[in-house]
This record gives sequence, structure tokens and C-alpha cells, in this order.
Amino acid sequence: MIPPSNGSSPPEAIEVRDLRRSFGRQHVLNGIDLDIPTGKITTIVGPSGCGKTVLLKHLNLLLRPDSGSIKIDGVEVTRLAAYALDAVREKFGMLFQAGALFDSMSVFDNVAFPLVEKTRLSRAEIAARVHETLGAVGLAGMENKFPSELSGGMQKRAALARALVHRPKILMLDEPTTGLDPTRTAAIHDLVRRTQQNFNLSAVLVSHDVPQVFTISDRVAFMYGGKVHLQGTVAEVMGSDDDKFKRFLAGRASGDEEAGEAL
Amino acid sequence: MIERLGALILDSVFALGNFVLFLIIAVVYALLPPFKPRLIIRQIRLIGADSLFLILLIGTFTGMVLGLQGYNTLSRFGSEGALGAVVALGLVRELGPVLTAIMIAARAGSAMAAELGSMQATEQVDALTVMAINPVQYLVSPRIIAGIISFPILTTIFDVIGIWGGYVVGVGLMGTPSGPYFNGISGNMTGHDITLGLNKSLLFGVVVMWVCCYKGYHAERMATGVSRATTEAVVLSSIMILAWDYLLGSILL
Repeated sequence: MIPPSNGSSPPEAIEVRDLRRSFGRQHVLNGIDLDIPTGKITTIVGPSGCGKTVLLKHLNLLLRPDSGSIKIDGVEVTRLAAYALDAVREKFGMLFQAGALFDSMSVFDNVAFPLVEKTRLSRAEIAARVHETLGAVGLAGMENKFPSELSGGMQKRAALARALVHRPKILMLDEPTTGLDPTRTAAIHDLVRRTQQNFNLSAVLVSHDVPQVFTISDRVAFMYGGKVHLQGTVAEVMGSDDDKFKRFLAGRASGDEEAGEAL
Repeated sequence: MIERLGALILDSVFALGNFVLFLIIAVVYALLPPFKPRLIIRQIRLIGADSLFLILLIGTFTGMVLGLQGYNTLSRFGSEGALGAVVALGLVRELGPVLTAIMIAARAGSAMAAELGSMQATEQVDALTVMAINPVQYLVSPRIIAGIISFPILTTIFDVIGIWGGYVVGVGLMGTPSGPYFNGISGNMTGHDITLGLNKSLLFGVVVMWVCCYKGYHAERMATGVSRATTEAVVLSSIMILAWDYLLGSILL
């Protein structure tokens, strides 16, 4: 089902073409065309309700589209059978909005979870990998804490460690800085940038931290009305004189949510 | 009007289909590898071991009430000697399986619905899927197996402690001779009565876990959704326990 990898990655980690999805009479995705290049951070922004989260749920294969194509690492996934999806899923790590740590487990068990469940590594190898990954996100020594004992920022870090521990090629982040103050937001942004470079990841980031998030992004896709209205490098997108994008940006920068939302 | 009625019927049929399909999927995944005995044992502890004290307490009081009421009624006909049989048959055939199941639904089933519901609300279930772990196989199947194992054991404990509760009241307080109490049990209770009770408890084990997991798993992703799922899980479990109890009783008699 999945063609053997010849070692070299295709230029696009994820390639989306004419993706459509409706819920009842509500058309949420109206023909998305999006490229997520390999080894770069691509940030998806847009007013609430524009379909960012639904798009991400298609990229991480939680939802299936009505029509259109998604290629992940060169593999067309929209028509794969359910059992074949797992092989694709192992290529990516996902950081959920609220972290989605298992609250019945310690930080160590949370981070070790993908390795314990999906690999045949020995306990010692797993422990070494968990310590290394926790160190990389700045949580060394927190192994025995429970998620409820961590601050919001630390929970995000632990969740990031869990998303990275099986060495994915693609990292997906759903609003990683929701609920964090500006200092912690900047710290998480830095961390995302550093891990992306250290692990040489292709990253997709859904964010509302506009324009702060642009400092760590390579590419930006602006979604509006269920379509990718504008995409390109940060400089290209910021330099465009697209009216809708400018109004969205102005609404965000002034802290006036309504101006941004009411496009 | 007719359109709305049709939509309502269609929705109900779909909901019922999903409900049944949920159980079938969970059972199929329970039979497929990878097997996780660790998860089953953990659930047996939560459902079984942690409910033990409650079951002992309720079992004792149920037996005592049966002893008291049974004695009062039987003594009017001068047949106090049948007290043991009345208490034991009532417990083994009906009250043991039913009350055990309702108590576990209220204690462990509600907790289960709330746990799965909040896991859904905080995207922990999605996280499992994204990590290529089937959430039904990981969360639901072990609970159903644990229910099948725990319910008959707890029911048996309930029956035994209930018979002793009846003994304490009937023999200890009311003064029925103890010989006829136990002779009445061994003389009147057949293997069929015991099998009926255990079959009921097996079925209730599946029903309670099925309903509570389904309600929790399909909870709306918010706090009110979780609380509603918990309430519905207990109410629907209790209704299904009593309905199946009647059906099974009338079929197997």
C-alpha cells in the first residue's frame, strides 16, 4: 500500500489539493490547496471559524474529507483503508491545544507511552529516550510529576516531548500557546523553533498569535471562508496588499478581536 | 410534521445502530491482538476490588431485610422453616445479580462514563488515535472484559453475605432454628437457580460496561456534556438491567 521510502524526502511533506468537507449543510472546507514544505515551519492563521482546526484534523487523519487529496510524505492518504493509516500516523507527532496528556499517568509514562505501545525497545532504551526528549524541552527532572502538578506552559512542554519521542518527520501543533501569557508564549515559540531545527522536522502550526508567531515561521497560509486565501513565505504574505489579510492583521494587532473575526 | 417525525425515527435508528455497533467493535477488538492484560487487571481493580466493601454492605442489609420480611410473612402461615430457602432463592435468582449490577453501575460505571467523557473533552481520545492506538481497543474492550470477570464474582459474594445477613436476623434475632434455615437452602436450591443468577450477572456485566463506556465515549466535548453522560449512563444502565432481568427471567425461568 505504501511505497518504500528511498531515503530522500519529497519536497513537500504534505500536499493538499482541492480538499472539501461539509458538516450537514455547513461547508467548512471549500477546496483547500496547501503545501507544507519539508524542513520548514508553516503557520496557518485566520479568523475563528475559518476552518483551521478542521483542516488540521484532516492533516492528522482524525477526519476524512468528502473529496480532494492529501499526500503525506508522498503517500495519498485520503483513500487508504483504516488499518493502513497507522503506518502514516507514525510519521507524525501532534501537540493538541490543551496538551491532551493522560492525567492518570506521570510525565515519564506519558512521554514513554508511544514507545511502550508501538515499539519493541527495552525499558532502558525507552528510559534513555524519554530523559533525552524531556531534556530537549527543558523538563529534565520532572519525570515523576503528574500533569495536574504542572503549570500550563510545562504541560505544553511535556506534550511536545510526547509528540517528539518517537522521532516523527512531521510535527503538527494546534494552537500551542493558547492560555499562556506573553512571556511563556515567546518561550514556547522559541522551543518550537529550536526543536524543529534540532530534529529537522517539517512543522505545521495552527496559531492565533498573530503577528508574534511569524517570527518563527518560514511560511504562512492565511485561511478565510474555508479556503487558503493567501500562502507564501512570511515576507511574501506580510508584503501582500490583500485587503482581507490586512484587515485580519489590523484586528489582531490592535487586540480588537471583533475586527479580525468580522471579516 | 411527517418530515420531522421521519427524521426523528431515522435519527433514533441510527443512534441505536451506533449503540449496537459500538459493542460489536469493542468485542471484536477484545479478541484481536495486541492483548493488554495489564489494562484488564487495572479495570478489575477499579470495578471489582474497589466496589467490594459497598457490595458487602449492601449484601448484608439486603439479606437482613429479606430475613425480617420473610420471617414476618412466613410466620403468619407457620412456615418459618422455609425462611432459608426464601432468602437464598430471592438473592441468588434476583436480588444478587440485579442489586450488584445497579450498585456497580452507580459506583464504577458513573466514574467510567465521566473519565471517558473528560478524556474526550480534553482530546486525550484523539491523542490515542493520532498515536496509532485504537481508542476503543485501548479504553473500551478491557473494561468490557473486566466487567465480565468482576460481575459474577461480586454477585456471588453478594449472595453469600446476604444469606448470612438473613441468618443473623432470622435465626439470631427472631429465633428460627438454624438447622432448617440451612437445610431449606440445600434442599430447595438447584443448580439451575445458581446458573440463572450467574448468567444474569454475566449479561449485566456486559450491559453496564457497554452503556457506561458508550455514554462516556460519546459525551459532548464540554463540562455539561460530561455530567449529562454520567447521569445518562447510570439511568440507562439501571433501566437496561431491570428490563433484561425480566426478559431473561421469563425466558430461562
